[in-house]
Amino acid sequence: MSRPAHRRPEYRKINKDLFVLTYGALVAQLCKDYEKDEDVNKYLDTMGYGIGTRLVEDFLARSCVRRCHSYSEIADIIAQVAFKMYLGITPSVTCNNASRNEFSLILDKNPLVEFVEELPTGRSSLCYCNLLCGIIRGALEMVHLAADVTFLQDRLKGDSVTEIGITFLKKLDEKKYRRKK
Amino acid sequence: MTVHNLYLFDRNGVCLHYSEWHRKKQAGIPKEEEYKLMYGMLFSIRSFVSKMSPLDMKDGFLAFQTSRYKLHYYETPTGIKVVMNTDLGVGPIRDVLHHIYSALYVELVVKNPLCPLGQTVQSELFRSRLDSYVRSLPFFSARAG
Repeated sequence: MSRPAHRRPEYRKINKDLFVLTYGALVAQLCKDYEKDEDVNKYLDTMGYGIGTRLVEDFLARSCVRRCHSYSEIADIIAQVAFKMYLGITPSVTCNNASRNEFSLILDKNPLVEFVEELPTGRSSLCYCNLLCGIIRGALEMVHLAADVTFLQDRLKGDSVTEIGITFLKKLDEKKYRRKK
Repeated sequence: MTVHNLYLFDRNGVCLHYSEWHRKKQAGIPKEEEYKLMYGMLFSIRSFVSKMSPLDMKDGFLAFQTSRYKLHYYETPTGIKVVMNTDLGVGPIRDVLHHIYSALYVELVVKNPLCPLGQTVQSELFRSRLDSYVRSLPFFSARAG
């Protein structure tokens, strides 16, 4: 027992460039494995989903956020606490419709695309950062919120900003998820 | 003061972990049955408590006590439930249960890709760290019964 009992675990940080380049290598490998852009996007989303379902526990353990009472509060928490914690950026949040269940996160700066000059030729519909969508979707589902998360605009595709759209479908009922025996 | 036992449930009611320290009398039913009873009771008491609440609930159900023991309850928004039974002398231990969740479960199980979620935790490291953490608690005493 050489390690002392730690009350507050130290969070290891890794070099940002290494992280960004590793992500780039991952996307590059997926592009080699799958011919269609849709398949790459789908796979990135699935991987993100798996990450999100676990990452949400880390987020809750570290952030001690309070219970949210509205969708806009949730969107604010995602932008101001979660993005800040994991990517070091704070996207701005806008609400898109009157029923207040569609939100946009607008990323002025996206650290994941720092070394990406342009999408490879013939890969025009690739969502390079689709992993993020999967993570948000997975994390929200674990707190009983079904949501659709997609890229609405992407700087890599020539849009002026990068915009992630979150549409909350409805509040999930926990009873449905009880084990059926 | 002492700790009797500890249950860890996931959001589907699967008992992820169970351990006991000073539990002199067993329930007399198979462990699986006991977990189900415990989860069922928690599930009902949770909804009952929120229905009876005169105002919007903040943290919900925290603990109950009988003449013999006290049950402490902690739940995360993801539905992980930590339940600890202690004797009556123990005060609020929300921070202890939060520590078990954040520093032990999240660090050693969730962040371990070899531990599948939603199943009984097999990690030996988790078991031993949890055991030594509980034994190091100020209200854990070997003498009491």
